[in-house]
Amino acid sequence: MNIIVCIKQVPDTTEIKIDPVKGTLIREGVPSIMNPDDKGGLELALQMKDKVGANVTVISMGPPQADVMLREALAMGADRAILLSDRKFAGADTLATSYALSGLCRVLDYDLIIAGRQAIDGDTAQVGPELAEHLNLPQITYVTDAKLLDNGNLLVHKENEDSVQVLEVEGKCLLTVLASAFEPRYMSVSGIVEAYDREVEVWSADKIDVDEGKLGLAGSPTKVFQSFPKAMKAPGEVHEVSEEEAVELIVSKLKEKHII
Amino acid sequence: MEKKDYKNVFVFAEQREGVIQSVAFELLGKARDLADDLGQKVVALLLGSGIKDQAQTLIEFGADEVIVVDTPELKDYLSEQYSQAVYQIIDDRKPNIVLYGATTIGRDMAPRLASRLKAGLTADCTKLEVKPNKEEELELHSTRPAFGGNLMATIVCPNTRPQMSTVRPGVMQKMQRQPGRQGVVTEFTPIFDTSKFKVKLVETIKADKQMADISEAKILVSGGRGVHNREGFDKLQALADVLGGQVASSRAMVDNGVMPHECQVGQTGKTVRPNLYVACGISGAIQHLAGMEESDFIIAINKDKFAPIFSVADLGIVGDLHKIVPMLTERLRKEMEQ
Repeated sequence: MNIIVCIKQVPDTTEIKIDPVKGTLIREGVPSIMNPDDKGGLELALQMKDKVGANVTVISMGPPQADVMLREALAMGADRAILLSDRKFAGADTLATSYALSGLCRVLDYDLIIAGRQAIDGDTAQVGPELAEHLNLPQITYVTDAKLLDNGNLLVHKENEDSVQVLEVEGKCLLTVLASAFEPRYMSVSGIVEAYDREVEVWSADKIDVDEGKLGLAGSPTKVFQSFPKAMKAPGEVHEVSEEEAVELIVSKLKEKHII
Repeated sequence: MEKKDYKNVFVFAEQREGVIQSVAFELLGKARDLADDLGQKVVALLLGSGIKDQAQTLIEFGADEVIVVDTPELKDYLSEQYSQAVYQIIDDRKPNIVLYGATTIGRDMAPRLASRLKAGLTADCTKLEVKPNKEEELELHSTRPAFGGNLMATIVCPNTRPQMSTVRPGVMQKMQRQPGRQGVVTEFTPIFDTSKFKVKLVETIKADKQMADISEAKILVSGGRGVHNREGFDKLQALADVLGGQVASSRAMVDNGVMPHECQVGQTGKTVRPNLYVACGISGAIQHLAGMEESDFIIAINKDKFAPIFSVADLGIVGDLHKIVPMLTERLRKEMEQ
């Protein structure tokens, strides 16, 4: 079985702060990490490799710095790592990104594609389903469990707001998974050592099966019109008082607002 | 076909087990504003099995037309079945704008359709408005949080139609229901390519439904790391009971297994805007604030006077929730008896 796992390098958004004066993002010193849902997806692939044997290829699109994340994936147990990196991909929205990834998938052998549900820098959850559509594959999103059945089909749990759907899928498909369901393994010591000797393949646009006119900015139907820091609400009152006074303050406010 | 030939604002009216979801009515409310600004119509899409008779409800909440697809293939939501049906409607009717709920259904289907239509899609919008561009054409401006809620971005689709967006439940306001409001109901029969139905529903396991949906609550008492454990949440529950509200949680207390995911507020949980939000022992990570800062009145109780939650609180109390919450509960109980 050949599994492709799509991973993305993202800034750790929990570490991002806003410059209180300029109102802009402070990115300096913010660590780059493997997107958590993608790491969960890699863990699922590696669990399948442990159980039934599989060849796991991690792919990513991004700048050359993503090399370190791909090496982390190799150290966790992935067999091959490919980074799509080319100026032609610059400015891609989710549709153009998924299109580029589809061009790479088309020239690889695969039985299953796994992606994270969403990336913490964009939170769109769009690249997975868009990629599935480009490749004409069935998709299952919000996956919390997947196992291979004797008939070769996959039995998959999909978590909804109010239920879990148990789904059976026949043939090739694409899954997007939740990090919370797949606790990622640590890199092994030997894996880390080896990962630095192994090759992370860097591919440019001419190696994949795409119409180059649909890449990057030109292939992106959405454009960022503007971005701005979130408007800060005027701060309310903060009191450091005794517990008795605190209770009275709360009760009088609740009355004033007609909540009680 | 030119951009201006794409007309009307479509709303995917999500239903589950035959019940139209609240987010559908909220989207209709927003679609009504957008359509009025554009001088176009609001069209709701109602797909399912045995749901035809509910079309009038959508009209009373703002739809001018309801396109109904009522067929056994659509009894349960499955990506390919629903995508085929909605794609054929969009391909036939050429809408200007299409809105979906940012739910596990909307976020599964909308990107699939965007890819099939080669259309632009903006996820999890918190604000939608139409504004003229340089050519004086009205286009959709979709504003959404990015970088974990640290930044807001406004997205446009300058060259392609339809313009599509998903919107989280609880963000838009539904309009006042107008009983007897008139509209058109159109039935649509898709032609399914069943050879692409590769995913089969084996069974649906219902979540424990004892918990009411926190995004519907008027009053929420919410707890974070400072609540410590289940016993701490019992104190919050007592306060919620006196106030007639419900208990919610920050991500930290869901990740450590104290509270279930259904009651998580924030970027990866639910967006809530109750009349009263009492944040107890919640420091206020930006991801949490993104899910609750639109609440009408926010009270925060926290030991750390530098906690970011105080920046959004209308009333902040620096103190120990484990003392204050039980005292407040007792005081309110007496108040209510009078």
